[in-house]
Amino acid sequence: MALNRNVVYFAIMAIMLIGVGVFQSWNVSLSILNLCLISAIMALGVNIQWGYAGLFNVGIMGFAALGGLAAVLVAMPPVEGAWAAGGWGAIGGIALAILSIALAVVTYQRMAAGRFRAITVTAICIIGFFITRAVFGPATHAIEEINPALSGYLGGLGLPIVLAWPVGGLFAGIAAWVIGKITLGLRSDYLAIATLGISEIIIAVLKHEDWMTRGVKNVIAIPRPVPYEVNLQTADWFLSLCSTLGTDPVTFSSIFVKICYAGLFIIVLLAILWLSETALKSPWGRMMRAIRDNEVSANAMGKNVTKRHLQVFVLGSVVVGIAGAMLTTLDGQLTPTAYQPLRFTFLIWIMVIVGGSGNNWGAILGGFVIWFFWIEAEPLGLLLMNVITSGMAEDSGLRAHLIESAAHMRLMTRGIILLLVLRFSPRGLLPEKSA
Amino acid sequence: MEDLINAFLLLSNFVFVPAIAYGSQLALGALGVTLVYGVLRFSNFAHGDTMAFGTMVVILFTWWFQSMGINLGPLPTALLALPFGIAITALFLLGSDKIIYRFYREQKAAPVIYLIASVGIMFVLNGVVRFIIGPDDRRFADGERFIIKARAMKQFLGTAEGVSIKVSQGLTVVTAVIVVAALFWFLNKTRTGKSMRAFSDNEDLALLSGINPDKVVTVTWVLVAILATVAGTLYGLDKSFKPFTYFQLLLPIFASAIVGGLGNPLGAIAGGFVIAFSEIMITYPYKKFVAYVTPGDWQPEGLVQLLATDYKFAVSFIILLLVLLFRPTGIFAGKSV
Repeated sequence: MALNRNVVYFAIMAIMLIGVGVFQSWNVSLSILNLCLISAIMALGVNIQWGYAGLFNVGIMGFAALGGLAAVLVAMPPVEGAWAAGGWGAIGGIALAILSIALAVVTYQRMAAGRFRAITVTAICIIGFFITRAVFGPATHAIEEINPALSGYLGGLGLPIVLAWPVGGLFAGIAAWVIGKITLGLRSDYLAIATLGISEIIIAVLKHEDWMTRGVKNVIAIPRPVPYEVNLQTADWFLSLCSTLGTDPVTFSSIFVKICYAGLFIIVLLAILWLSETALKSPWGRMMRAIRDNEVSANAMGKNVTKRHLQVFVLGSVVVGIAGAMLTTLDGQLTPTAYQPLRFTFLIWIMVIVGGSGNNWGAILGGFVIWFFWIEAEPLGLLLMNVITSGMAEDSGLRAHLIESAAHMRLMTRGIILLLVLRFSPRGLLPEKSA
Repeated sequence: MEDLINAFLLLSNFVFVPAIAYGSQLALGALGVTLVYGVLRFSNFAHGDTMAFGTMVVILFTWWFQSMGINLGPLPTALLALPFGIAITALFLLGSDKIIYRFYREQKAAPVIYLIASVGIMFVLNGVVRFIIGPDDRRFADGERFIIKARAMKQFLGTAEGVSIKVSQGLTVVTAVIVVAALFWFLNKTRTGKSMRAFSDNEDLALLSGINPDKVVTVTWVLVAILATVAGTLYGLDKSFKPFTYFQLLLPIFASAIVGGLGNPLGAIAGGFVIAFSEIMITYPYKKFVAYVTPGDWQPEGLVQLLATDYKFAVSFIILLLVLLFRPTGIFAGKSV
């Protein structure tokens, strides 16, 4: 029965995507599909945290943005002269910051409690802060001086972009470990608030650390893992393929590129899905569900709830980080201003809850369905507003206001969907299988 | 000596006065969050947007009054519109409680479910506010702008620096003091207030002694509406009204409430000022101050700023993390972990 339901829902989804392909264009359909795939991976990551362990992460945007940062740092070619100008200073500054925090932590743990320890630890933090600033400030300034209109940043390592995906996961995992270490084990609300904070700060760093990400000037033309359209259009094998299929090389080249992306994304999605399904069925997965359903008795059975929560929180964030790196790869650019909490964090949440928390297939389905309607809702909303206002006079102020505000209706609809699903179908479209 | 006076005036003008005003606004916001936490037992993510909603209603009424030529002379017209804003916000909150939260209360749902529901309400409010008034900056302050002008003070004292106090800042502090005093009087002296505290302390015992939970919840939401609308309007008068800034205020507000101890009203006020002072002091460029304090004509080269203003949210976040690390129940003991 459960399998039938899976098949039916995914078949409907496929028909809708094909419908867009037939009635709008295959290009639109494939770009929706690509973003659906990335959304599905993010939803899988959140499902690991929420569905397996009941952890509420409000900082998905931040972890995804760390993935985006990884794409820049790994794949962009290094900027000439930037390393010599201040690269080591910048790295050294960060190293000094980490070193002084580590020193403070060790001192705190080793020394006996008391006023003397408080003074020493504070002093280490303050001195560390100023030394870091002294090394870091001039170095980053020097980097930003180099040709600010075109580069003005350190650039990356010039490695293949696909390597950025695991690196993005690593970055997100480190951030998650720090946050989880501090807030897990305390009340559940603290994790939510702390993740909200860290995501705001990660975005602030991306926006203002020009030496690393060019800030609001954006990093464009990030190398691709797939061929470029222009190269395809001149390649002999591609032209002969087009003539066999009887299509126009210009249109088909962009479709072909999107298919390549979709192939890569599907591989990652299937790999992560396989891993998380295996984990869920293993003794580890049963333990996680036991902890989620009753922390007290799991604790009494000798399970270290806080440690397991930390583990699952880091794992979920790694998956979100990977998806974030893939998203930046697909966009081909890093635009820090594009990271909006209402667009990223909460949309992914709705995907998980609508799809069916605790069920990986549900999370994937939610990713597809919600992204599809999120994209298609804009034309629909505009159409609706046009219909509603068609009776009004052309120059009516209210009419102009309503049409202009159609975009904000999406926010409201999203909230209403979340509330309705939570209330009337809390188990989602594809409920968790009760083992 | 004169240099020291100038240095003090400089800091008062750019750090102390703004921080006191901002702190009062945060304290009012944090009180709202803490009340919901104490009585209803969840972190209300919709609080920032509730403030935006209340402020929006106040702005609409202000515009209406202005168009009719009603004003308060030197004071902003928004004060006159405040009761209407509070009433409509209270109606909205009570409505949302009836439709959404009550269902989960009857089910005895986990706190995190309330939290997700409050995120849903946050979205709805977000959409409503942007739909009605738009996502852009709105200014609605009118009347006099300053209580004390820096230039007048400079001439009076004969110093190089002066302190200016905006009407909105003075008003913020006065209003905050009145609202907080009234709130504490209500919680400590009235029968309803006492039953609220009893309910917050121990729900089962309160129910056993015949306290009507529906009444407690209703009163709480009305208080939240008052606090949120007042906080939002004061913030809007002081800076300007933009829906997204109100969403971003969530972080410093939560930080204030947690630093003070969630569920503890006194703590929320202290937390608000701790956060406001640290945020402004850490992001203030001390260049001129250092020049005054040090002897001679020497001036530091940089801005002498501890952190760029862009990172002001990082300050409240780091304080939040430190408190969670060392004293998870807050400075004043709040609800247990």
